[in-house]
Amino acid sequence: MMCRIGQEPDPQGADGARTPDAAFAALLEDSAEELYETAPCGYLSTLMDGTVVKLNTTLLNWLGVERDAVVGRRRFTDLLTVGGKLYHETHFAPLLRMQGEISGIALEIKQTGGARMPVLVSSVVKYGSTGEPLLIRTTLFDARDRRAYEEELLRRRRAAEEATRQAEADRARLQDALAALQQALLPSTLPEVPGLETAAHYHTASPDQLGGDFYDVFAVDGKRWAFFLGDVCGKGPKAAAVTSLTRYTLRAAALHDPDPVAALSTLNTVLHERYSGGDPRYCTAIFGIVEPDPDSGHVTVSLASGGHPPALVLRADGTSDFLPTPGGLLVGILPAPRFTTATTTLAPGDTLLLYTDGLTEARTGADRTALYGDEALRAFGAGHAGKPPQAVIRALIGLLDGFGDGLDDDTALLALGAPAGPRPTATPVPATKNTR
Amino acid sequence: MDILRRNNVTVTGNPHGPVVVLAHGFGCDQNMWRLTVPALAEDYRVVLFDYVGSGRSDLTAFSAERYASLDGYARDVVEVCEALDLRDAVFVGHSVSAMTGVLAARQAPERIGALVMVAPSPRYIDDEGYRGGFDEQDIDELLASLESNYLGWSSVMAPVIMGNPERPELAEELTNSFCATDPEMARIFARTTFLSDSRDDLKSVVVPTLVLECTEDAIAPREVGAFVHRSVPGSTLVTLDATGHCPQLSAPEATNEAITAFLAGRR
Repeated sequence: MMCRIGQEPDPQGADGARTPDAAFAALLEDSAEELYETAPCGYLSTLMDGTVVKLNTTLLNWLGVERDAVVGRRRFTDLLTVGGKLYHETHFAPLLRMQGEISGIALEIKQTGGARMPVLVSSVVKYGSTGEPLLIRTTLFDARDRRAYEEELLRRRRAAEEATRQAEADRARLQDALAALQQALLPSTLPEVPGLETAAHYHTASPDQLGGDFYDVFAVDGKRWAFFLGDVCGKGPKAAAVTSLTRYTLRAAALHDPDPVAALSTLNTVLHERYSGGDPRYCTAIFGIVEPDPDSGHVTVSLASGGHPPALVLRADGTSDFLPTPGGLLVGILPAPRFTTATTTLAPGDTLLLYTDGLTEARTGADRTALYGDEALRAFGAGHAGKPPQAVIRALIGLLDGFGDGLDDDTALLALGAPAGPRPTATPVPATKNTR
Repeated sequence: MDILRRNNVTVTGNPHGPVVVLAHGFGCDQNMWRLTVPALAEDYRVVLFDYVGSGRSDLTAFSAERYASLDGYARDVVEVCEALDLRDAVFVGHSVSAMTGVLAARQAPERIGALVMVAPSPRYIDDEGYRGGFDEQDIDELLASLESNYLGWSSVMAPVIMGNPERPELAEELTNSFCATDPEMARIFARTTFLSDSRDDLKSVVVPTLVLECTEDAIAPREVGAFVHRSVPGSTLVTLDATGHCPQLSAPEATNEAITAFLAGRR
């Protein structure tokens, strides 16, 4: 603080010779009176009721008023802006009364001509010999630069807060848009298929990213229905575009020629042609045709796989086995890839499960380093064999939830089952969707 | 919820005496009454508290919606009265708390039997035919002052003070702690206080009321004191020879004398 009055310099040398030390001392010699008047800060003394009794020239110059206009006529709060006066009455004055001192309070004084000058104010109460408060001594520092700096900080903080609010709003809007898009990539409900029960589930790993998994079930003709489930490489808008193209290509291809290999080949041609440049896009998929037999209650399944994990068949007798489709190639990479076919028949109570590798590659174990794996899935399937598709999907949703943060990829599940019991009944099952 | 803890309630004085509740206004906390309590302690049971968001109240109980109106603060008063099962208490409210007391007395008439209004103002902003002394710009300036002065409040220290109610010296040691408030909560209290208009509520007061005004009050000028006196049916007006908005600190003897005389008249 520069306002402290220094000690009087010691007289240097009795002979009065102007040694360099003595000259320095003379320079230091400064009257307390002059220091008070011209100190680089404002000095103010008031009665306990705030009436100004004394103030220095520095403060008078800041205020731009004559001494006579202030001393005995004005109170300290009269020198402040109205807002500052409110702050003085609600905070400054009570604290000063309670503590006997207060320091570094940011206020503004009114200057002649209407300008305001930011100051930092400190006050102490001077007490009499019996402890009664006598007067208040106040020091005011010029805080124009400091206040400009603080206002800059405040402005930035407000801007940062505003930016954060905006970003949160944008993120919410984006998530809404992504959720709508994601839904557009999936059927909202599965169709009613006489003699077949269906159930599906889609787990979204991140609300910020569009996933690349897809599935669908639709009628081909009066007797046959097509189904597919697959996984486009990558995530995000570009993967979603491929997903969309894939879904509608497969639907159109199946109407033209429902043979599974033909449908996958058409998709391959489209993807390969569309993404042949520097940005190859491909997918894995199983495409199949089901044909329920209303007399026997059996459902024949014939499918083809392009590099996709094998379907799992849960038998009513409590067993569970993969329907192997080895050697099928990714769809969209090569001009004329080979796809692997397989057929099976679902007896009443049997269920066919299609899934994406988000399920089998979920990380498990305490340190999340092991993968869930095919064998665990087969065993899980055996544990739920004989149950209708909806119950199997429900059990799998529980399994996915149990993975917690070990499940970091999107996962699509589709189950098709031949109804158990004497009469095949078609129950419409809405596709479930999980965005955890 | 523990209301006594939430509002940092202190009960002192004569446990068998009539109850006097002392309520602080906008700015500081129950320490505002430190020179008043000694004058009352012998004959009265004295209840002190901090509004939620002020002093050493439980800041986690603060709600921007609830405290956006004086009714929210009045509910603090009623809940403290209920927690202590007070009946027919004399409510002494400083500044905006004088109006909070009016609202509380209406919410729970059986709890509050008389009002002492210290430097009250039912409306701070000028209106047609009414001079409160301020305009909205002045209030914005006050909010700016609040923003520039944190008065020893810091988000780092607040939990330390709050988490150690058994060690009050922790708070006492902090300079300016009596007026240290979370800036956002202070801002809301300031807006609620200075943008309030309780003029119509004054007419509904049915309990004996003492209005204390100061000769020179920068916040509640004398014409406001006269307005309050005129509006509260059957009220008594006492003008204290005091400067400033806090006569209980700047003129404690005169303030205490006026309050004890009013209290004695009720016994």
